[in-house]
Amino acid sequence: MLRLLLTLLLMLPLASQASEGEFFLSAKPAEQARLLEGWAAQPDAARLGLLENLRQGRIAEGDTRKVRLNNRLRGLIDNALASHQLLSDNNDARLAAAQQLQKSAQPAQMAFLDRRFANEADPAVHAALGLALANLQLGAGEPAVRLAAVRLLGETGDPVARTRLEALLQPGVESDAGVRTAAETSLAQVKRKLLVGELLGQAFSGLSLGSILLLAALGLAITFGLLGVINMAHGEMLMLGAYSTYMVQVLLQRYAPGAIEFYPLIALPVAFAVSAGVGMALERTVIRHLYGRPLETLLATWGISLILIQAIRLIFGAQNVEVSNPAWLSGGVQLLPNLVLPYNRLVIIGFALAVVLLTWLLLNRTRLGLNVRAVTQNRNMAACCGVSTGRVDMLAFGLGSGIAGLGGVALSQVGNVGPDLGQSYIIDSFLVVVLGGVGQLAGSLWAAFGLGIANKLLEPQIGAVLGKILILALIILFIQKRPQGLFALKGRVID
Amino acid sequence: MKRRSLIKAFTLSASIAAMGLSWSIQAAETIKVGILHSLSGTMAISETSLKDMALMTIDEINAKGGVNGKMLEPVVVDPASNWPLFAEKSRQLLTQDKVAVVFGCWTSVSRKSVLPVFEELNGLLFYPVQYEGEEMSPNVFYTGAAPNQQAIPAVEYVMSEEGGSAKRFFLLGTDYVYPRTTNKILRAFLHSKGVADKDIEEVYTPFGHADYQTIVANIKKFSAGGKTAVISTVNGDSNVPFYKELANQGLKATDVPVVAFSVGEEELRGIDTKPLVGHLAAWNYFESVDNPVNQKFVADWKAYAKAKNLPGADKAVTNDPMEATYVGIHMWAQAAEKAKSTEVDKVREALAGQSFKAPSGFTLTMDKTNHHLHKPVMIGEIQDDGQFSVVWETEQPLRAQPWSPFIPGNDKRPDYAVKGN
Repeated sequence: MLRLLLTLLLMLPLASQASEGEFFLSAKPAEQARLLEGWAAQPDAARLGLLENLRQGRIAEGDTRKVRLNNRLRGLIDNALASHQLLSDNNDARLAAAQQLQKSAQPAQMAFLDRRFANEADPAVHAALGLALANLQLGAGEPAVRLAAVRLLGETGDPVARTRLEALLQPGVESDAGVRTAAETSLAQVKRKLLVGELLGQAFSGLSLGSILLLAALGLAITFGLLGVINMAHGEMLMLGAYSTYMVQVLLQRYAPGAIEFYPLIALPVAFAVSAGVGMALERTVIRHLYGRPLETLLATWGISLILIQAIRLIFGAQNVEVSNPAWLSGGVQLLPNLVLPYNRLVIIGFALAVVLLTWLLLNRTRLGLNVRAVTQNRNMAACCGVSTGRVDMLAFGLGSGIAGLGGVALSQVGNVGPDLGQSYIIDSFLVVVLGGVGQLAGSLWAAFGLGIANKLLEPQIGAVLGKILILALIILFIQKRPQGLFALKGRVID
Repeated sequence: MKRRSLIKAFTLSASIAAMGLSWSIQAAETIKVGILHSLSGTMAISETSLKDMALMTIDEINAKGGVNGKMLEPVVVDPASNWPLFAEKSRQLLTQDKVAVVFGCWTSVSRKSVLPVFEELNGLLFYPVQYEGEEMSPNVFYTGAAPNQQAIPAVEYVMSEEGGSAKRFFLLGTDYVYPRTTNKILRAFLHSKGVADKDIEEVYTPFGHADYQTIVANIKKFSAGGKTAVISTVNGDSNVPFYKELANQGLKATDVPVVAFSVGEEELRGIDTKPLVGHLAAWNYFESVDNPVNQKFVADWKAYAKAKNLPGADKAVTNDPMEATYVGIHMWAQAAEKAKSTEVDKVREALAGQSFKAPSGFTLTMDKTNHHLHKPVMIGEIQDDGQFSVVWETEQPLRAQPWSPFIPGNDKRPDYAVKGN
């Protein structure tokens, strides 16, 4: 008897939740919106499950009926869910909820927020809730409450706080002189913080673009810079790397779904091997017959690039293929209210620097590197000393192509993977290598980051289209003035 | 001796001529139709599937006995995303292959480049893609949407309460004629709704732009000033880096919805759509539309892709321009049956008022005068499986307004097709 009663008692909230869900499902969108607003103002811990399910577009787990949502309803669900999560015992959940409420809280929720604010023990959540309340208190009747809210908003660097304060400062909105002056100081404070975030954001974008340019150009810095081959098929080596990533992803999905999270890491050696293999085959069959004939090399490698593009198109189709970011490369870290650093870009910056370091070590600290440098500086002398120049040429070309393949893995995480991938990077790659100075890794490094940052500084001022044109014009002027690029080999080794 | 060889030569040439004659008689048993879509270059991503769809539709018509008792014979050419080559290839189709009709083009710039050829040689072109309007040639039938059948209803939707009551608009596009003209029309439209210039931001990127960091940061900054919607006319594969950046910078559809006019099922195949749920697209057809005609259309297409072993056949999708291609070819076949001829002037006359039960679930009608289809408008939300779910649609197909009333001077344009416009 007692057990039955207990089960009934336990069932009670579940039953009410189920009926609320049914009611929601059958309601019209406008009614659903009203329901959600009501729930947000008066949360009930028993409703949490329903709201979590609604977020997934269903009313209960295992229920196949789909709840049709639109963006307005999704926003309201998020807001109601945050309201309910404030009742949670978990500090992190409450903190996330309070942060959501800073953006979305409505005046109807004020009474509830006030209660939670008074009872909150965790200092971080307390502060976050205070801010959420401050947003609402700007419309309060008491000047003292408004004053406190305005001061509190000044502490944040939140872009929304700026809009709210600006609205408050519109003529005829705020009557109290003390609050007005406080709002003006707060606004200046918020603007200063926003500016810092904006500048840091621009610098980061520049670094990120630079790292991508660097990865795209590094392979070319070897094949063109060191070997002197005008390699128009360089872009296609990037593409092969990206398609290798795609293949690794597909194969892992099929045969080892457990390892799918780490497919970009597994793709790195595969992409290197594929691109390096194709590169060496090209060098042995075509390019070695054309050394010293730049025009023919240019035409032949261009033809090869067209063949590779069309081959990929025949195998994989003209459509782009889907390379998804694994969870650890999705999203970003929020440093300031208006500054998010995406993880994939952070990883790519690190990866680019690591590849540069490895390449430098390989060229300057190994026997192969010594041979490559010897052959590029004086082919005949190197041959006389017993260096097998043909083999070194092949390996160096393979190295350049393989590095391009590594670049392809990184590019697949930020952009498209399609047959034309290489075409969009080939011009940028040549710009970086020529600007940096042919034959110099350090030159490519500086040129890539310089171009990236210059591009990102110009873009907000004059737009992406004009920015690109201006950069091109500046590079042409620079090359006119200094044909050898930023860094040039000095001495008599250059004939 | 000399005379004899002359006679010999004469008989030989006569017999060859006769052979040629018999060949051409045989050739006349079929009707040639041209297919002018880029199979290589940047536009191949979008246009290749239209070529395949056209071939499937032609197979379908041939299986039912062809047109006027004759089989259709497709002539496929590849203009390689090269605009002048489009003009060259269309001249070749019309003068050498003597095709009865051409189905083709995607970008507005390619259509503009073939237009003089079709007008000069009195050819017939079916253009299957939504576009900016401002054109109405007697030699072209437009089976895609005009701005009032796509762009304007979409903006009205995001301004509505259901769509999120957007107050500020970030117009983002690729830098060429379609986005610029569309945005000009939209700006005038927004002005008419009382939206001030400070609440409209217009930004363009080059074709193939891949770095959207600054633009997404600017959208964030702009959206702090009030409920914002992004109206995207970004074309081609630039969409992938744009959406990836949006997701990674944490800009969700509930905060700032993006309404796209050039993103369909085919484009989403290259993206992981889980972070994009809730972003919108406006079209006149979605693969997910539920009706018997569409079920058959989608099933036929999947079967065709598998049978022809097209790349990625296991994930084949249909989209709006594919539906428009399908409808266009069927309409042309119906009109040719009605005219009992494939002569351009007769078919053109027969096309006016022609109607067809389309996969969109509506019976589409070719307008009597303006060469555009009456089309329904649908707004779809991106789902996590790369499909769209329709959140809003018109009750009836709308008549196209190729000359938008929001561009000054258009009220004086005639409402029928005139050469050289």
